[in-house]
Amino acid sequence: MEINETLSQYSDLLYTTTVAIYVLALLFSLFEQAFGAKGRRAAERSKQRVLVGSGGLEDADAPVEPEAPREIGRPERIGRMGAALLVLGALLQLSAIVLRGFAVHRAPWGNMYEYGMAVTFITVVAWLVVIKKFPVRHLTGFLLLPVVILMFINGTLLYTVAAPVVPALQSYWLVIHVSAAIIGSGVFLVPGVASTLYLFRTAHDRNPAKFARFGPKLPAADVLDRIAYRATIVAFPIFTFGVLCGAVWAEAAWGRFWGWDPKETVAFIAWVIYAAYLHSRATAGWRGKRAAVINVVGFAATIFNLFFVNLVTVGLHSYAGVS
Amino acid sequence: MTTTEAPPRDPEHPYRPSLGKQVLAFLRNTWRGLTSMRTALVLLFLLALAALPGALLPQRRLNVSKVNEYISSHGWWGSLLDKLEFYDVYSSVWFSAIYLLLMISLVGCLTPRSFEYVKQMRAKPVLTPRNLARMPHHRIARTARTPEAIREDVRKQLSGWRRVEREEDDGFSVSAERGYLRETGNLLFHFGMLGLIIFFALGKLYSYEGQVIVQANGGQFCNSGIYNYDSFEAGLRIDGTDLDPFCVKVNDFTARYTATNQADYYHSHIEYQSGADLQSGTWRPYDLEVNEPLRTVGDRVYLLGNGYSPQFTITFPNGESRTQNTQWMYSNPATMLSEGATKFDQPGVTDEVQRRTKQIAITGLFAPSSFIHGGVLTSTAPQLDKPMVAIDVLRGDLGLDAGRGQSVFSVDQSRVADGRLKRVARQNLAVGQELKLDDGTRIRFDGVNKWVNLQVSHDPTQGYVLGFAIVMFAGLGASLLVKRRRVWVRVRRGEDGSASTVIEVAGLARTDQAGYGEEFQRISERLVTGRKGS
Ligand code: HEM
Repeated sequence: MEINETLSQYSDLLYTTTVAIYVLALLFSLFEQAFGAKGRRAAERSKQRVLVGSGGLEDADAPVEPEAPREIGRPERIGRMGAALLVLGALLQLSAIVLRGFAVHRAPWGNMYEYGMAVTFITVVAWLVVIKKFPVRHLTGFLLLPVVILMFINGTLLYTVAAPVVPALQSYWLVIHVSAAIIGSGVFLVPGVASTLYLFRTAHDRNPAKFARFGPKLPAADVLDRIAYRATIVAFPIFTFGVLCGAVWAEAAWGRFWGWDPKETVAFIAWVIYAAYLHSRATAGWRGKRAAVINVVGFAATIFNLFFVNLVTVGLHSYAGVS
Repeated sequence: MTTTEAPPRDPEHPYRPSLGKQVLAFLRNTWRGLTSMRTALVLLFLLALAALPGALLPQRRLNVSKVNEYISSHGWWGSLLDKLEFYDVYSSVWFSAIYLLLMISLVGCLTPRSFEYVKQMRAKPVLTPRNLARMPHHRIARTARTPEAIREDVRKQLSGWRRVEREEDDGFSVSAERGYLRETGNLLFHFGMLGLIIFFALGKLYSYEGQVIVQANGGQFCNSGIYNYDSFEAGLRIDGTDLDPFCVKVNDFTARYTATNQADYYHSHIEYQSGADLQSGTWRPYDLEVNEPLRTVGDRVYLLGNGYSPQFTITFPNGESRTQNTQWMYSNPATMLSEGATKFDQPGVTDEVQRRTKQIAITGLFAPSSFIHGGVLTSTAPQLDKPMVAIDVLRGDLGLDAGRGQSVFSVDQSRVADGRLKRVARQNLAVGQELKLDDGTRIRFDGVNKWVNLQVSHDPTQGYVLGFAIVMFAGLGASLLVKRRRVWVRVRRGEDGSASTVIEVAGLARTDQAGYGEEFQRISERLVTGRKGS
């Protein structure tokens, strides 16, 4: 079928706009992080909760004390605007993806540019869910930093004009396998950021002289750890499913379900690293810092998988490459 | 006051367990070490690390020529890596060793856990601890409801939980637990993984994969022996003597390209016979496409690649003619500019020496959509639009019977270099055009056919691997989504006739604490207030 050039151009335009809006949201959030009181408060609140849990008696009959109304300062207001911008950006990015799909009459993740666009979208959506559940809105900038960098590289170096896909990709497995891989990888970027911040936070907790200005503004280590764990156990089964479907598809398209193609290998490595992360949390002496380090290594593997494998090595997956 | 004293040492006879005991202790410690969770973690990491070079370095099983190139361009370093099996990572000794250790470790931790599991499934929830306030989640409240009403209510509220009620001096307590499915899932996951690893390894022994080029104008291929293949790779337990017999006949091949010359669609009408059809000679049709392999008698046939076979007819001076249609290989997949060598024996020459001076090879380039620029032939598109060849005709001794196998796509260049093969013509030909050699031999470019590259794969264990993978995935879901958690309720009658009852609720997540807080909040709210809850 004919490629619809107009729709594809609109999609490109939306993509660029999205990046611009994310940059703006990033700046707003950095402002909140730098000047807002939210980080410190969130950290204190979560510390209190830990205290309550570990022995303090709570009288259930007492009416639940409403949280003292806090004054909302300018940094918080800017932070909220940042979050609103993030939502707007995500909507624009979604439109960019959908328009691309209409332009090429297929699932819009048939090459690397489209794949990168979808992965970063999932990351942003996952983060929106996180800031709804945890008081970490002021950390948005740290998530957006890698997202914006990835989207920039994706939109420049890896940009691919809208086109139909080669016969090997014309299969419903493209929809199943690749979307599972996209969601898994997209969500995996969140725990990577959370665990990195966790390492800063615990370094500061152990020695307050370290990261003296930055550390106290991060939420309690416990909160960051929880975000990392929860996001990982969402992403891990989805990613596993994606790898399994990949194997089933490979059996039909390439003649074997597993052949240590570079992409398969790195997916395996990432999978093993995240399995190790989940184990480390059940192993005495590995919880906490070591688990977080493993998660950061997993993050590196995910990024490596996203970009390096397609660009540098040549394998069967290189169809998704850039030409 | 008591002091503990070590027994006096006897320097002459230090305590020495017997050798047998030492060996036993060593084995036991090794086994314990190997099956501990920490070892499994380290092994997992090693496995990930060991897999990495396979993604970074060229691998023989994917691309032999790249490996050779890499070795020759990296000197001693390249050969060292070769000795250490870095170009065959996944069949290397060290990779297999890690794999094997992990498997042992897995068996070692699964065995005790399975026993533990059976025990746990029958066990009652633990006693209600004396001091519930020590639990990570805790709530205490007074209520006007009677203990009996609360008892009824707790039973209803915790109906999905495994419960034990115990009478206590001044009331009663309930100990409840749920989420046993987590452990079930966890075991399923690990057993699934074990099965997957085992069958994956078995598959390596019993599988084979062969590739063959077949002319797409009725060309046939039969899976009757290794020699029918252009290349064949098999596991240790396959010697090629009892392949599952079947035949395929390739009737045509169609490729469709987009306006930008990107391949859009490949399709081949084939016919096949297997099983009883081989005796009766029945051919069954099948539409072979990418992603749609033919599956028959446990083998799969894939459409992997395609190319062009230019057809040449040679008319010799004595009037005899020979026609050949040999596959040429594309050197540029985007434009299908192809290279090859079509080789002829002169007919009617019986003298060996004579014959070796008269063999003819047509080599050169074929372009499906030709374009000549400065005398050089190139192709502008992969589809047949204006086919043309630019050929060198070589005459002499091709060395076809020299005992060494030669590529079908080229002539032995050493024979060109030492003059046993001489170039006798060079010309561009369009379809229907011909050239004449000095001795009157005429060579005509008749036209073009297509060939397809088929892959035949056989792996008897892949169904089991898939089955275990599904078990593993289901188990993973249960073990990650289900939380193993406990709730305790203790109810005490109000002291001497006072109307208020004290109800205490506590909770503990047996696995990860993450996320239990909200649920406990909900449960305790319902238990304490006796409301159905929101
Ligand atoms: C000696 C070998 C092993 C032992 C003792 C072991 C033990 C365990 C235990 C106790 C859990 C439960 C953790 C929890 O409840 O949080 C678990 C979960 C898990 N294991 Fe293993 N395991 C072993 C090998 C492996 C291997 C080789 C892999 C994968 C490559 C693996 C993947 C997983 C996964 C993905 C989970 C789910 C994580 C979770 O439940 O939190 N395990 N394993």
